[in-house]
Amino acid sequence: MNVEELKIKISELLPGAVLEEGGQWLTINIEPNQWPAFAKQLRNDTNLYFDFLFCLTCIDWKTHLTMVYHLDSTKFRHNIVVKSKLDVATPAIETVSNIWRTAEFHEREVYEMFGVNFINHPDLRLLILPDGWEGKNPLRKDFEDPINMIRL
Amino acid sequence: MFEEIGTTAEGDLQINVGPQHPATHGVLHLVLTLNGETIKKVEPHLGFIHRSIEKMCESLTYRQFSYVTSRMDYLSSHINNNACALVVEKGLQVEVPERAKVVRVLVDELTRIASHELWWGAMAMDLGAFTPFFHAFRERESINDIMEETCGARLTMNYIVPGGLMQDIHPNFQKRVKHFIQLYKSKVDEYNEMVTGNIIFQNRMKGVGILSKEDAISYGVTGPAARGSGVSCDTRKLYPYEVYDKIQFDEILETGGDSFARYMVRIREMNESIKIIEQLIDNIPEGDFQAKTKAVLKLPKGEFYQRVETARGELGVYIVSEGGTTPYRIKFRSPGFSNLSALDHMARGSKLGDLVAMMGTLDLVIPDIDR
Repeated sequence: MNVEELKIKISELLPGAVLEEGGQWLTINIEPNQWPAFAKQLRNDTNLYFDFLFCLTCIDWKTHLTMVYHLDSTKFRHNIVVKSKLDVATPAIETVSNIWRTAEFHEREVYEMFGVNFINHPDLRLLILPDGWEGKNPLRKDFEDPINMIRL
Repeated sequence: MFEEIGTTAEGDLQINVGPQHPATHGVLHLVLTLNGETIKKVEPHLGFIHRSIEKMCESLTYRQFSYVTSRMDYLSSHINNNACALVVEKGLQVEVPERAKVVRVLVDELTRIASHELWWGAMAMDLGAFTPFFHAFRERESINDIMEETCGARLTMNYIVPGGLMQDIHPNFQKRVKHFIQLYKSKVDEYNEMVTGNIIFQNRMKGVGILSKEDAISYGVTGPAARGSGVSCDTRKLYPYEVYDKIQFDEILETGGDSFARYMVRIREMNESIKIIEQLIDNIPEGDFQAKTKAVLKLPKGEFYQRVETARGELGVYIVSEGGTTPYRIKFRSPGFSNLSALDHMARGSKLGDLVAMMGTLDLVIPDIDR
């Protein structure tokens, strides 16, 4: 599907979704509570078939966090980006590791680096950081490494 | 981390593989749950070589940050640099001279051969054959020599920079690459004769670590590991960059999904890389090797993403810019990280001795996984 067709299809699935154009790919802004049902539709819809989650990450905007999901379809080769704003104090969103298995590792990374709580994640533990890590989440903007060797 | 080692409540044995283990080729720590010799669970513990490259890059300028990325997947350093250069060029909307594009593809493909060479030697060594390692390193050495002459480095190249290349190719570059191709052409057959056809080797590889096509996609496995399961995922074909859309080469696909299929993809890919180099080596256009760019680069506000095919799979560089001279947020979607996540699924129910073959065919590079 091209961008126009995707826009129509996604507006049907999720009326009221805020679509953004102008970037590399079509971007869909959703509320965190819409994500679990919408993710299943994106994966299972025969015309969308987004089966490849090629990037999952988070951005700290100081006032809020944004989850970013990059999706690709190995069948149709169309891409979209899904974004969801999370509260900075208690960030939480439903896991998608039951839909795309790759999310399990990527969500664990976001959990330790940004402190996002992934609801119903099968194994939400530290992955890269050492056991017993105390203190802030390293990729948050308010984290300052005491031995930062490359501060400009 | 180490306290949990022992016996589980069900009476299964838990053992450590790594962090210092000759077959992990780096500091990877796996905790295995075993029932006799059968693997019940593989649990990777990462972070032994985590340098937080993403955080570091937030305080490095757009000219500086690609140097750090050579240290991620150090066997594909050219390709990492290429990804960074492409994403910055995408933001700046700079058109790179044709000469730079062709040279970039040439060095990328030489890197791919060198990386597959090292993988092949190390893989055979993991399975108990020591000689192939020396054969592989003999050929890899000549690529390193070519790189040393042109880039001044043998491992962390930093040759591809935003706007083009660091400097022009060495006058000897074409001559030496042609000489290398001439020497190399018979080598893949030699490799096949030495290792691929060996019946002991085949018995250890065939039917081991099976990954279905659906699982490979779901786990985000890319590169030769996914193509061994029949997933068409070569970024060079699907989302062409540089001059990959103008040259003839095939995407190698195998349908076995086992360790042997993943092995064969890489062996056959080496020949494809040679094919690409042969098409380009006599056709390097004259002209500049660098586009004119400002001394201090400023990316406009927005988001930029570039996908490239490294020797291990799809590398994604995601930059969020606020309009400054440094990225606001940068994310490296490293191929090894996603490929490793499938290891647990692949290994369950296999024998302990086969784990090494599976890890070998996933071609894990630990600095690429940890970043």
